Amino acid sequence: MAKRQLELIPRNEKKERPVKKGARKTAVLKASPASRVKAVPKSAAKKKPEAVRLTAADLATRQREISVSEFFTKNRHLLGFDSPAKALLTTVKEAVDNALDACEEAGILPDLVIVISEITETRYRVVVQDNGPGIVKAQIPRIFGQLLYGSKFHTLRQARGQQGIGISAAGMYGQLTTGKPIKIASHTGSKKPGHEYEIQIDTKRNQPVIVSERELDSKGPEPDKEKRAVARAFEQGTRVELEIEATYKKGRHSVDGYVEQTAMANPHASVTYVAPDGERHEYPRVAKELPKPPLEIKPHPHGVELGILLKMLHESKARNVVSFLHGEFSRVSGPVAEEIAKSAGLPLTMSPLKAAREQAESLYKAIQATKLMAPQSNVLSPIGEELLLEGLKKQVTADFYAATSRSPAVYRGNPFLVEAALAYGGLPGDELATMIRFANRVPLLYQQSACAITKSVIQTTWKNYGIQQSRGALPMAPMVLMVHIASVWVPFTSESKEAVASYPEIMKEIKLALQDVGRKLGLYIRRGLREADAEKKRSYIEKYIPHIGIALQEILGIDDKRKEKVCATLKDTLERSRKND
Amino acid sequence: MTESVVPKIKKEAKSVEEAILKRKKPSLHFPIRSLANVRYLEKEGYFEIRGKKKERTLTVNTVKTFAQTLRMMALSKTLVETDDIATKREAYYVSKNWDEARFLEQTESDTVMDDVEALFEVNREQLGFVPEEKGGDVSGSLVVIDKDPNTGKEIRIDCTKFGSGAYSIPISVEDLKFETKAKFILVIETAGMFQRLVKHGYWKKANCILVSMGGVPTRACRRFIRRLADAQKIPVYVFVDGDPYGISNIYRTFKVGSGNAAHINEFFCVPQARFLGITPQDILDYKLPTHPLKEVDVKRAKDALKNDPFFLHHKEWAKAIEHLVSMGVRAEQQALAAHGLNYVIDTYLPEKIKHPEKFLP
Repeated sequence: MAKRQLELIPRNEKKERPVKKGARKTAVLKASPASRVKAVPKSAAKKKPEAVRLTAADLATRQREISVSEFFTKNRHLLGFDSPAKALLTTVKEAVDNALDACEEAGILPDLVIVISEITETRYRVVVQDNGPGIVKAQIPRIFGQLLYGSKFHTLRQARGQQGIGISAAGMYGQLTTGKPIKIASHTGSKKPGHEYEIQIDTKRNQPVIVSERELDSKGPEPDKEKRAVARAFEQGTRVELEIEATYKKGRHSVDGYVEQTAMANPHASVTYVAPDGERHEYPRVAKELPKPPLEIKPHPHGVELGILLKMLHESKARNVVSFLHGEFSRVSGPVAEEIAKSAGLPLTMSPLKAAREQAESLYKAIQATKLMAPQSNVLSPIGEELLLEGLKKQVTADFYAATSRSPAVYRGNPFLVEAALAYGGLPGDELATMIRFANRVPLLYQQSACAITKSVIQTTWKNYGIQQSRGALPMAPMVLMVHIASVWVPFTSESKEAVASYPEIMKEIKLALQDVGRKLGLYIRRGLREADAEKKRSYIEKYIPHIGIALQEILGIDDKRKEKVCATLKDTLERSRKND
Repeated sequence: MTESVVPKIKKEAKSVEEAILKRKKPSLHFPIRSLANVRYLEKEGYFEIRGKKKERTLTVNTVKTFAQTLRMMALSKTLVETDDIATKREAYYVSKNWDEARFLEQTESDTVMDDVEALFEVNREQLGFVPEEKGGDVSGSLVVIDKDPNTGKEIRIDCTKFGSGAYSIPISVEDLKFETKAKFILVIETAGMFQRLVKHGYWKKANCILVSMGGVPTRACRRFIRRLADAQKIPVYVFVDGDPYGISNIYRTFKVGSGNAAHINEFFCVPQARFLGITPQDILDYKLPTHPLKEVDVKRAKDALKNDPFFLHHKEWAKAIEHLVSMGVRAEQQALAAHGLNYVIDTYLPEKIKHPEKFLP
């Protein structure tokens, strides 16, 4: 993969007035190829309606490159580091996401060890170790010491990470808050020596700085200093260690909940988690096989926005627009590519670069107007009904479980699929149902109400299944609801990946999945009601027949023996008729 | 109607016992107590129950009510045999000794009591059950001859001698005797109007007997007036609010009985009653201040026109009710006060009483 550089667009700094909306947009981090097309400062230079007019030259003196660290410090909420408690969670999450992705790509059943230890009340050490393929020596510094360096941003494939920003952002967060470098140990195989690095980020240039480097013997890195968890044999895999400013809280929105839910959505992984209080949680492997590997696909033309199309045109090495369309997109055959170019009024031989300058918009419109095959949908890797059930059963003790895994569907040219599971009964009642949300097997812990999953749960009519629900609220029942969305590109509402955006196609699929498990639950609840009814009738007979005896005795003056006979006979008659019902 | 109910209870219980011992599910047959199961007998002047009955068979689902019904019958038998009474509320508390079969609310025990009453087609007083509410107030030139409950000696109660108070109709009126020279009985819906007429001695002026019903008349009130009117052969005039409730609930029940007590209407009705006012026509003739009819009023009126055998029979009534609905208003008795507090005594009632032939049936 070609080296990607962080491209920062100049922007007005130190302005007292609030930054204009347009100016903000251009400050979004953007990765572009080595060709380095400098973006032109656009709206920032536009004139302002205020009395004090500045010349372009005035403005130019203020325009300068912003450094990664500045960007990070200003935008850390976007990346999930907005509070010390959330920073801890995000750090663990980024490391675990990477570990699981790496193992699965290499076809290895993941064994994860997560250790969090308290150094001071506001400072924690996080260690995450996997048994994955390891990382080749030369790549280690850049993966961990450079923002936006990664393998996932430019592919369309169901994966946990997407932007290549996470773990290096965590490293930078640690560096900024504690001054400590990120420490990586990696073994690519038992026969080869391992390597250990301490890396910092040059925040001005977004470049890795190697603080220390040493070779490990083939037995692997030394066990964790505290010898608590990472003492296991370590012949192959990666260990990441960070020291960060953080606070630890227990509960569903904390690391504890994240690890538990990760185990639920990844039944093929075995996870050992040692919490800061020393409590050790073991989540053994449920599935003995790796999930079906997701396939990488090229983007579907209907899912591409004009901006991305422009970028792709710029970056393309294709000789002309036809080979560009045919080569960079899925579901575009040669003839279809020609058809698109023709209807856009482009010469078939026009180069992509030229098309980008002059005809991008008409090309975009032509693409949208052309009928195309739906994208391949067999590229996704669902958890599957069976494993959903097993994962849920393991973590939640309930009376009833149901799960469903739907066939793939498409939103904006991206294939996706929805899975849902629920556990009911035997849980604390009279409360709103507990929601567990996953996107590509990653738990979503924050921004529940902004998420398409939550909205879909609310819009589903749970009363049909015998569950109480107030208008505009989650269902009220002793119930855990779990929804998983898998897609080559999960549309999140923000970079911190906490809530799924509400595309109608996605909401529709979620609701269908919920209705499916809801129907199963409805059957169960009704059966329960029937049984309770039968039980009630049984007890009715026991309870009230003696009173008929007493009343007849009082009215007719019959003796006790006759009374007993009347009661026994009546009981027998009713029992028999009940069974015949 | 004073025949003892005990043999009836025993007979019913016996049939239940026999059915059980024959391994059959016993059944009880209750007359259906609703307007749909009554017919209006014009000559006799009351609602007579038609034959329709509902069968309650002892099954798993009905075993609780069945047990409660039988225990209520047993309680009734004990009450009658020991010459005691229990109010509906007391009967409810007695059931608290029945363990699982006890009633949780008085409405439940009242329903079962009504069922038992209908089952034997008797008045609940004959079963030893008495209502809580009092029967109504009486004032005017009437002597009621009652007995001292302890000594059995005759007592003469002069209803002119209650000052600003009134004689209260007892729960059981069967053995009362009357002496009066009054020309008619005026039956009044509200206690407020009754007080005004008593205070200003209207009964003396008009030589009548005043009775206050306080809403829908109790059975005792109806029976009292019936016996009094029958014995003394004097007419009965009813003075209620000019609204669907006053007409179709209070007056209709007073005159011909109700669907709910269909099995005993024969005794608890006052067929000689005539409707003095307030008629829909009065609202116009006396320029009475009104209130708009509420939705429930309209519904009640339409229901009466459609389902009530009494109003279906009397075309004048149907016309009057339709008139009221078309005006869309109602007028209370007290609305007459708009023309002066004693307008009712000085003008309205004297004018009305002059032409009883114009009263609605």
